Amino acid sequence: MQKVCLGVVQELARDEQRVVFVGSDLRPGTMLSFQENFPDRFFMEGIMEMNVVGMAAGMAMEGLVPYVNTIASFLVRRAYEMLAAQICPLQLPVRLIGNGAGLIFTPLGLSHVFLDDIAILRALPNMTVVVPADVDEARRLMMQTLDWPGPIYLRMSKGKSPIVSREGDPCRIGQAILLREGTEVAIIATGIMVHRAMEAANALQRYGIGCAILNVHTIKPLDEEAILTLAAKVSHLVTLEEHSLIGGLGSAVAELLSTQAAYPLPLLVRLGTPDCFHDGYGSQDEMLAKLGLDVEGIIRSIREAVTRAKGPI
Amino acid sequence: MEPVSHSPVLDERSRYLRRLIIRALAGAGRGHPGSALSLVEILRVLYDHALHYRADDPFHPDRDRLLLSKGHGCLALYAILADKGFFPATQLDQFCSMEGILGGLPERGRIPGVEASAGSLGHGLSLGVGMALAARIKQKKHRVVVILGDGEINEGSIWEAAMSAAKYRLDRLLGLLDYNKFQSWGPSSKIQNLEPLADKWRSFGWQVHEVDGHDVAALKQVLAPLPLTEGRPTFVICHTVKGKGFPFAEHVAAWHHKSNIGPEMVSMMEKALE
Repeated sequence: MQKVCLGVVQELARDEQRVVFVGSDLRPGTMLSFQENFPDRFFMEGIMEMNVVGMAAGMAMEGLVPYVNTIASFLVRRAYEMLAAQICPLQLPVRLIGNGAGLIFTPLGLSHVFLDDIAILRALPNMTVVVPADVDEARRLMMQTLDWPGPIYLRMSKGKSPIVSREGDPCRIGQAILLREGTEVAIIATGIMVHRAMEAANALQRYGIGCAILNVHTIKPLDEEAILTLAAKVSHLVTLEEHSLIGGLGSAVAELLSTQAAYPLPLLVRLGTPDCFHDGYGSQDEMLAKLGLDVEGIIRSIREAVTRAKGPI
Repeated sequence: MEPVSHSPVLDERSRYLRRLIIRALAGAGRGHPGSALSLVEILRVLYDHALHYRADDPFHPDRDRLLLSKGHGCLALYAILADKGFFPATQLDQFCSMEGILGGLPERGRIPGVEASAGSLGHGLSLGVGMALAARIKQKKHRVVVILGDGEINEGSIWEAAMSAAKYRLDRLLGLLDYNKFQSWGPSSKIQNLEPLADKWRSFGWQVHEVDGHDVAALKQVLAPLPLTEGRPTFVICHTVKGKGFPFAEHVAAWHHKSNIGPEMVSMMEKALE
């Protein structure tokens, strides 16, 4: 997904002088063609995320649109104060493209795994938080970033996820996409969990449980209308994310329902990672399975919730 | 250059600017007097003799950018901005109030003439590097001046930015250090010694000058011909006195920040300037 997103940065730079690229010690060869084509707008900086994001803020204050890319956990945690004290208050158009958030870096462990990015970024006023479901969607969303007001964080996945987004669906930052209709359960999913939601929904159909799926690729601003519309139609609302249960999509939906939903509320089931630090290594998929967030785990959780409410099916 | 200020006697203009600071301290009953008082002559010389700006058009594209990264020295900035007509001096009376525009730390977008928000230390030099790079991309000739505090440069981000500025040979970027030798708790030599400071900046690739930060003529000599050296950023270590102008506050850590400033303390400060 990084290749696709950075490719879009280069496309945007071709037509727009405001676009600059700022990396922080990325993999060898990254953005070499950008450097060749736009040498005065290419900045490969050292391992100094606070300075990198501060530089980007200074550039944005002067009318440029900096696209900043490095590993998500360092980019966000180290530079958080720059976001809170400079970039967000001034609504500076800095674009943060975070590599490897969520459980992608499970083999590397604690320092790289990042399960609280959505929580801490969505707490910042004026911040936009985008989590594409697949590379096609990442491309569509990236193409809209040039003139989007204020800062954007784009949480990138590995790019190997099956394509679930569809060319024909309107894809706008801030607007959720209904991928599947269903009357009993609605799964509100984001990022790589969208395709897992699709697989789970297919399986649940066999058990007589009809699932709608809403792809929330933008966590902030949240498409409240789409969520409330769906909530009014179903008995169970399931949120699904590769992120801590504290502060992510599930929290955002719970906050919305608790303040704005018409009663009676559907039962809310939040699926995400528990409130504990990363435990052990392995692959992203293995860790998702361990945490009950693989397709089987999702099916199990939804069946249990429906069964509890109705009695055995 | 001895690493101290010889603390020249303040002339009428320096006393006048300090009276504006007292006005704000009296208005709010609080503030960072010591951190502002060491900075008055630096800002005075910049605004009187060195910087290009327009008070009636604070964001004029060709202005020099002045970032007060040690935001807690803002009372000195507010005084000179009021003096230059960026906003009415009556705003000083409303320092830190709900009715006023002047906060206890400066914020861009709220206060005409304030180039960057500050308060959390260690931000300004990175912002300045970004601004200087943007100027280069746009082929603009304005200069970027970042004022740092000695306590502030404890922050690691300052040294990250110092490396960046040298890497890009940002010769239109100037760092000015208000080296008053004190931070909040006490002497910086005891909290986090910075020496050998000039050598540090030189080794980071900066051209370094040292000057008495209260000597108007000396400051003028150093700051008027900006940029100072082609092909590298400039760092000017201004040796200053924390609390300069109020004998009871000079070199006294307790004057870094004061709250509960009442009429007695105000008149004590006013008398010191007579």
